[in-house]
This record gives sequence, C-alpha cells and structure tokens, in this order.
Amino acid sequence: MSPHLLEVDDLAVHYRARRSVVRAVDAVSFTVGEGETVAIVGESGSGKSTTAYALLGLLPRSAAPARGRIVFAGRDLVGLPERRWRELRGREIALIPQDPGTSLNPVQRIGAQVAEALLLSGEAGEGAGRDAVRARTLELLADAGLPEPELRARQYPSQLSGGMRQRALIAIAIAARPRLIVADEPTSALDVTVQRRILDHIGGLIRASGTSMLLITHDLGVAAERADRILVMRSGSIVEQGAPEEVLANPRDPYTRTLIEAAPSLSGAPRPRRAGPAVIPGGAPGDPFAETSPDLAARTGQDRADPAPGGPDEPVVRVEGLVKEFRLPRSSGAPGTVRAVDGVSFAIPRGRTYGLVGESGSGKSTTARLILRLAEPTEGRVLLGGEDVTRTRGAAQRLLRRRMQIVHQNPFASLDPRRTIEQTVTDPLASFGLGSRAQRRRRAAELVDLVALPASVLRRRPAELSGGQRQRVAIARALVLNPELVVCDEPVSALDVSVQAQILDLLAALQAELGVSYLFISHDLAVVRHIADEVGVLHRGRLVESGPTEEIFARARHAYTRELLDAIPGRR
Amino acid sequence: MSVTDLAPPAGGRLPEPESARGPGLRLRAGLRGLAGLLRRRPGLVLSLLWVGVVVVAAVAPSLFAPGDPLAVDTAARLRAPSPDHPFGTDRLGRDLFDETVHGTGRTLPAAVLATVIGLGAGSVLGLLAGFLRGAADLVIMRLVDVLLAVPGLLLALMLVSVLGKGDTVDVAVAIGVAAIASTARVMRAEVLRVSGSGFVEAARTGGARRVRVVLRHVLPNSMGPVWVLTMLLFGEAILGVTTMSFLGFGAQPPTPEWGSLVSSGRDFLGSAWWLSILPGTVVALTVLAANRVSRALDGERTGLR
Amino acid sequence: MARYLLGRVLQGAFVLWAAYTLSFAVLFALPSDPAAIVAGTSNSVTPEQLDALRHELGIDRPLTEQYLTKLGGALHGDLGRSTQSGEAVSSVIGGAVPPTLAVTGAGFVLAVALGTGLAVLATVTGHGRLGRALLSLPPLGVAIPSFVVGLLLLQWFSFTWNLFPAIGEGGWRGIVLPAVTIAVQPAALIAQVLAKSMGDELGKDYVDVARAKGAGPFRVNVRHVLRNAALPALTLTGLLVGGLLTGAIVVEAVFSRQGLGQITQGAVSAEDLPVVQGMVLLGALVFVTVNIGVDLLYQVLDPRLAVERRTGRRSALFAFAGRG
Repeated sequence: MSPHLLEVDDLAVHYRARRSVVRAVDAVSFTVGEGETVAIVGESGSGKSTTAYALLGLLPRSAAPARGRIVFAGRDLVGLPERRWRELRGREIALIPQDPGTSLNPVQRIGAQVAEALLLSGEAGEGAGRDAVRARTLELLADAGLPEPELRARQYPSQLSGGMRQRALIAIAIAARPRLIVADEPTSALDVTVQRRILDHIGGLIRASGTSMLLITHDLGVAAERADRILVMRSGSIVEQGAPEEVLANPRDPYTRTLIEAAPSLSGAPRPRRAGPAVIPGGAPGDPFAETSPDLAARTGQDRADPAPGGPDEPVVRVEGLVKEFRLPRSSGAPGTVRAVDGVSFAIPRGRTYGLVGESGSGKSTTARLILRLAEPTEGRVLLGGEDVTRTRGAAQRLLRRRMQIVHQNPFASLDPRRTIEQTVTDPLASFGLGSRAQRRRRAAELVDLVALPASVLRRRPAELSGGQRQRVAIARALVLNPELVVCDEPVSALDVSVQAQILDLLAALQAELGVSYLFISHDLAVVRHIADEVGVLHRGRLVESGPTEEIFARARHAYTRELLDAIPGRR
Repeated sequence: MSVTDLAPPAGGRLPEPESARGPGLRLRAGLRGLAGLLRRRPGLVLSLLWVGVVVVAAVAPSLFAPGDPLAVDTAARLRAPSPDHPFGTDRLGRDLFDETVHGTGRTLPAAVLATVIGLGAGSVLGLLAGFLRGAADLVIMRLVDVLLAVPGLLLALMLVSVLGKGDTVDVAVAIGVAAIASTARVMRAEVLRVSGSGFVEAARTGGARRVRVVLRHVLPNSMGPVWVLTMLLFGEAILGVTTMSFLGFGAQPPTPEWGSLVSSGRDFLGSAWWLSILPGTVVALTVLAANRVSRALDGERTGLR
Repeated sequence: MARYLLGRVLQGAFVLWAAYTLSFAVLFALPSDPAAIVAGTSNSVTPEQLDALRHELGIDRPLTEQYLTKLGGALHGDLGRSTQSGEAVSSVIGGAVPPTLAVTGAGFVLAVALGTGLAVLATVTGHGRLGRALLSLPPLGVAIPSFVVGLLLLQWFSFTWNLFPAIGEGGWRGIVLPAVTIAVQPAALIAQVLAKSMGDELGKDYVDVARAKGAGPFRVNVRHVLRNAALPALTLTGLLVGGLLTGAIVVEAVFSRQGLGQITQGAVSAEDLPVVQGMVLLGALVFVTVNIGVDLLYQVLDPRLAVERRTGRRSALFAFAGRG
C-alpha cells in the first residue's frame, strides 16, 4: 500500500490529430500525499491541463492515456470504465475549473447546481428530503465564502460577479468532501485582488478538511506561495520538482531559471534600464521619410508641418480633468449615465513610460481611447506636445495618428489575417501616402529587424506566427510612422510568461533607442514595475494614486494601491 | 485568459516559403492534393463533379443528349427506363433524359441569376448598414425586416403575379429579391464583427480613411461567409425556381424545365413513376451537391481561423 | 415586461404596415391595368365600359388617395374584393384557413418532434456509426424539393402500398401524407441547428463541471446541454413557421387539397391582386405574431435576458468591464 493518496507513474497522454499523434504528456511521474498541496507550473502547451483532466478521466475524445498508471488510493485509474469513473468523480476527486465565466450552466440557478453535486454523490444521504439538501446547499455556499447564500442560491450565474461564480464552483467541488481537488488555473480569469482572496479561501478550506490539492497554474509566484511542492512542466515532461524555496533558490533546470527570471512578480527590483539622449534614426516624428536633421527632430520633437508651443521639457501628452460618461441603455428603465473615467489628470514626459494600472472596469482602456481620440471625452482636455487636441475633427484628427499609435492586448485579433506582415507594417505609411513603394519596403525591413524578427516573416501572414512574434509585428506597425507616443494596452497579458519578459525587454530597448514615450496599461503592478517610470493607479474611473514607480512600491499611500501590491503573488 | 500558443515559439525556425518550388512541382503537388482529397472526402469530390456536370449540361446540352428533346416518337410512349432511354419516355414518346438535360439550360441560368441578384443586392445593403450604422442602418434593416416577414415563396409569387408568369427570367428576379433579406443580415453581422475587431481599430489608429478601412480590411474579411452563402443560395434558388415552375409559373410546356417536367409527369404517378421522380431526383442531387460544397467552404473558412 | 411587450407589438405593427405598403407599391402602383384583367381579353369590351370599370374599382383616382383609402379599409379588415369571384378577400381567405391549419399544424408538430428527436439521438450516440448515419439525414431533407417528397410519398404509400388516399380530404388519413411532406424540410433544419448547437454546448466548460460532479451521459445531454442548445433552435422554429404557409402552397398543389395554398396559386394565375395582397399580409401577420411569441418565450427561458431587463444598469457596467 502506497503512502501517497495519488501516484502518477510514467504517464503519457497522446492526442490523435489528423494522421499524426501529439504527445501532450510524456513520461510524467509524481505523487500527491494525503493533505498535501502540489502545484504544476507550466506555460501554455506544456501539458499541465491535460495531466489534470487525465486525473478526472475527462480527456477529450481524441486523447487517451497511452502509457503509465494513475494510482489513486491504491487503485489504478487508467482504463477504468466510464461507470466506475462516475462513482469516483465528485466523491473522491473534484474539479475547480479555470474560467468561472463559462463553467456554470447559464440557465440553471446556483442552488440547483450545487444541489446536483450533493445528489449525484449521494452526499445528501439516502432518501434525504428536499429541506436537508437545501440546508446543506446553503451551508456549502456559505463555506465557500459567498455572502447572502439564500439570495445567491436563487440567482443565475449571469447575476454573479466572476469572483462569486468561482466561489459557487468551489462549493460544488467541496460538496461531496472529496479527498483530492484538482484546481485548474482557478483564478487566472479573475482580477488580482479577487484572485488573492479566492486562493486564501481555498487554502483555508483544504487545510481545515485535510484535503489534498493539485494546483495547476502558469504563475510560478502563485505556486511558490501556495504549494508544499512544485513541479515544473515543459513540453509534456516534468523538468524540475521540489519544495518552493528549494526550486526558487537553486533551480537545477535552465528552463526553471528562465521562468524565475521572466516572472515579473518574483524578481524584486526592476532591471536597470538605459537612459540617454534619444536618437531618431532618420526622418521626423510622424514621417520616417522626411529630410530633417535627426538631431533637431529629436531635440525639439516637432513635426515640421505642425509647429506647436513647448520646448523639450513639455510632456508629450498631458491630460487634464478627463471625464467620460456613458449613457445607459434606456431599455433598462433606469435612465442615467455611468462615469467610466472620472477626472483623470497626468502627464507623460518625453521618452518616458507612464504605467496606468487598474482592474477590469477601472476605466484604463477608456482613458487610452480618449487620449488616442478614438472616443470623445465628456469633459477635460488632452494636450499633445502642449497643443490642445481635444476638439480636433476630421483631417486634423487623422493627422494626430502620425504622432500617436497603439499596441493592442490581443495579438491574435489585432493583425488583419488576410494581409502579409509587410503589408501590415506599412499600412500606416500607405494610409498617409508616405514614401515610394521601395521606400516603404525598406522601412518595413528596417522595423522588422528592429523588433528582432527575421526578414523572412515579411512575406508571411499572421496565422503562421506565434503570439510573441505577432506582438512584435504589432509593435513594428505602431513604430513605422515614428510616433511620439505609443499606447500599449495590456501588450503582454495574452502571452506566456517567458514571452512576456522578451516583449517587455524589447519595448524598453526600443525606447532607449528611439526616444518614444509609452502609455503602458496593465492590470498587473508587477509587470508595470519593470517598464514604467511613473505609475498611476485607477480605481472606478478615478486616479487614486500617481507617482514615480519605486516610490509607489515603497510607500503606497492609498489603501487600494496597497491591496493591489499585496495581491502580487510571491511578495511577502 | 491566456491565449494558447499553437504556432512555433518565438525564435524557433520557420519552414521556408513554398514559392521556391518550380511550377512543375507545384502541379504535381496539386494533383497529389486532389488525390488525397478524393480519398479523405469522397462526398465533396462527387459533389464538385456533379456540379461540374450540371454546368456543362446547361452550357452544351448536346454533349450529353445529342437528340432533339422535343422529338416525338408515338411508337415508344411511356416506356420505362432502359439502356435506350435511361430516364424512360413520356406520353408523347419524347426521351425524358434528353428533356432533362436540355431543361438544365432553363433551370440553371435562372438559379444563377436569382443568386446574383440576392447576393449582390443583399451584400451591398448589408455592407452599407453595417458600416454606415446610424440612420442608414435603421432604414435598411427595417426594410430587411419586412422582406423577411413575408415568406420567400409568397414574396416571389407576389412579384411574379405582376412581372409575368410565363418567363423564367421573371421567376429568377422574384426568387432573387426574396433572397436579399437573409444575405443582407449575414453580411451586416459579419461587417459588424469585423469592424469591431482589433485590426480594424489598428488600421484606424494607423490613420486609414474610412474608404480604405472598408475596402482593404472590412470587405475582404467579411466576404468569407458570403462565399459560403453563395452555394447555399444557389441550391435554394434551384429549389425556388423549380417549385415555381412546378406550380405553373415560369417555363411553360413543352419547353423542358426541371420543375415543369416533374409537374407534367405527376398525372402518370401511378403508372409511369419515372416521369416525375427521375427529374425530381436530379433537382435533389444538384441541391445536395451545392449544399455539400457550401459546407466544405464553411469548414475551410472556420478551419483557417 | 409590459413595456417590453408593448415595444415588440409596436414594432410588429410597423412591420405589418410596411408589408402592406410594399405590397401596395408592387401590386397596384406598378403599371398594370386591373380593369383589363377583370374585363378579360375579349374584344367585346368598349373603352367606355373599361373606364366605368376603372371608376368602380377606384383606380382612376390618384395613387396616394387610393393608398390611403385602401389602408383605411385594411385597418378595418376590409381588403377589397376578389377580382375573380367578387367575394370579399377576407372571407375568401378566412374560409380556406381551417383545412390549411389542420395540415400545417400537424406538419409543425411532426417537424419539431422529428427534428428534436433526431438531434438528441445523434448527439447521445456521439461519434459512433449510428450518430454519423443519423446526421447524414438532415442535409438530404433540406435538399429534396418538397414537391418531390410529396410525389415520392404518393408513389409509395398510395400507389404501391395503398395505405393512404392519394387525393382530397378523407379525414385524418388524408392529412398524414401532406403533413409528412410539409414537415420534412423544417424537421431537417431543426435537426441540423439543434445538433450543431448541442455539439457546441458539449464543448463548453460547464459540461466538464457537470461530469466532474459525477453526472452520467443522459443527465449531461438532457438536463444541461439540451436546455442551453434549445435556445437557438427556438429562434429558428419561429422563422420556420412563416415557411409553413408556403409549404402549404406546394403540398396542396401536390395532393389537390383545398386551402390557402390552392387559393394563392389560383389568385396568382388569374392575377387576382387583392387576394394575392391578402395572402402576403396574412403571411406577414403570422410571422410577426409567432416571433413576438418566441421573443416572449425567450424572456422566460433565458435567465440572462431577464437579468438584462431587470438590472440593465449592471449589465451596462459589465459591458464596460470588457473594455476597461
């Protein structure tokens, strides 16, 4: 009899694709002891989720364990018939899924979904009455930390926030008092502050009940903080395992080392960044083919065609008292408006980075759209190089695009799938009719080289590139006009950790080389710390705190900022 | 939520582009691809073949049926299908196979015309509504609502009762108009979807004018579902045209047309089943093939994403 | 809820008015001469008689006046008189409703039952051979023209096996074949949409959660998946009801039955424009009514919509959350 609750031995899971086999998991062995929390850390495609679903017998049709054993409480689960699996699921092994937004049945009340878990596992007891099931359901919802369980039980998933939905899913997972909980990225779809509270709560519950947990996560920080042991997975195999302190202090595998270096939350102080006189390599701001002296252009930052007041000390962008109200749909019966952005003021100095941090709904993207003049502010002013551009329209507004560009969050949506990379990168040049065809081609090659992509990508289409490569293309497109400001809207949050670090480094290097300014928008303070000179914290449309980055990290004044800082995993 | 990174990781080697190959190699690769397609999706290949055969029959019917479709042979009346008369003969001894083949030349052009009208007008309206938004959208979509509220065949019948009943062109116009509403809806939805996507906003921040955004980015990316709809509409148009002529509107006997052939055969249903069933089967097979091709196009499109 | 309903009804009324205007524009404003149609092609009609007839029909007056007069009449249920029989259009159409309703009603019930059954069975049997065989049926049902379906049924069930009468009314036995004919296409469409929608739902995360609770295939497919998948199929069903009327035109022609279809076909042949217009309006009325019903049903069945209505303020905020 094994002393371990779960013993996975030499497990391999293969997906049958058309005429080929994908080895998602290859020779994985590990154990989970009674009451132990083990974390599997890996990037997308590492096979961590496949491992988790294999433990529940919930692999997709095209996948099956090809080799190895999964011994749970002394019994091998590989090849178990579906009927036996059903007796095991819920009662012995439970799941906390990744995305609370889609993991609850949208047309069933929360209470019914929890009660179903009780009924199916027989936990309600033989012939338990409706009242008993109801009472136990409410108890579970309360245990999972849902306020007003009676109200929540009657509600539908769409009436609950993401955090509350995840709590309902936790109630479902603990309903039958399982011995092992498999938590598949349980909080990565949630806001950072909610994430922390949920993880604390799960930790408390399993400690109290002595349940074992297998925590699947992409975040080494989360794993280090929550688990007794860490397994690092890469392309289907475990490359490293051990206690968190041990793994973090002396990683044996080079991949683990990269992960630790790349994880923004784990490295303490920001990496040193070069700061020096910026040199624009040819052309003027807004026109890479202009025949201006580069030095002059860099120093004054002026477009020849657009003389504006302000010297080199004038910030690139200043916003004053920005307000954006959205009218609520009239069908709601409650006429009125919502203030998405409420009196926001800040300035971005030339060649510097301003980080705007906030959770979903804080108004950070709306602020960016107001600055880019993609939306009309209700009140306030936007000054570009000291010139008020708030009321520009038509052609004048279009000319602003030569000075401000954007890098979107999702590189999978922001590139036109039908155009080649060269066409994509030169699209802004073509829009403004700048340069000859040959000049544009040269400019595209130059920029692709600048963002460290091989010249061969120019003829490819986005579908042939990885996420990181696409984001580099998006950066190249944003820089092609020599803009003064680039708005980076969560540019790395759709990417894997190691790719994230590369893109952040690239952005910093480009700034040092080109003297471009960034407005860097993120939900993650740890990421912002690595790139921003100044940070502003947005909370419900208001800028609650603003100042030099290190000062915020050292002496945050506002309670909300402190909460955000505390939520960074691995920060003790 | 993180996006799964399926493409090769950054810095990894990418395969060399295909254009390095010579034309001969490409041809051979194409043939091999076709053979592979036949093995993997025989239904699709058969469908494509059938559509091809039907198109040829419409353009050059004498290739398949050299005889005169209207040649009367009173000695061979109401003959069952045989090697001599694959589809049998009708009450005047005319060869039904010849009639069906020649009927293609009536049915198919009418269906094509209807498809062109429905697709053309529908996608222009949908594009305008989806891109202009505001008042234009409101007016166009209310018009579409009305066209959608009147059942298609009824709308076509209404138009035919005014346009004229004896001509396939009028029937084709009527069927085409009835198809405008659904195309406009699909196109509008697609334009709205594409307009909201990141790359359109990126093009706008890149300084592109509206016309450039529509022509270079929105239109090419919105046409996918419309191409899928083309074959689907074509199938529906065949159903519509043959139904109208079955009801007695459109080509009039003795002009052979698929629907009117079925219609004139129904009086002999008990005795000479082939007269209506065989041309009817041809209609069904053609629609089936068109729908199959449409589904394959749809699969290709969603597979690309 | 009452407010929502009022809005939907007003919208429906607008569509009906627009349908009326459209049909008026097509049928009466286009250059054709109803008087000449009424008088027929005989040469014995003098120009004076023709003018008198025009006056009687009211078509010698300006178009706007004609339009307003007719619209006023239509609001009171007066759609004019049939140029064939001289009978009021409303009574011509009203008299033909019962036989058509019997056939289309039976056909509709059959279509929903067949379509749903097929989709559920195909989904439950999954990727097996049976499931694939079942799923090959709907494309076939969509492709075969309904007049061919009717003729095939007649050929087998009436002429070869003599099970059902080929022609005419004949009580319930006479309804079976027409109802099956009318049901084939909508059933195939419902099956296609529902099977696809169930397949999509099966891939969603909540299905994994249900299975992780220990739920078996029946519970997963019926309790969870079918209820969610039924919503898009419901929309489709609403759209199909309009098609039943046109189905009746074909079916009544194939089986030589009395009813709305027969009347429509006759009216189009004889260019009896008031009756044609009456049928167009009836089609639009049925469509509008059914779809208001479907929308109301949606409000009840889909809690997400109910939430939107009750707490619009919050959902508006969620909409920003997506961007913020």
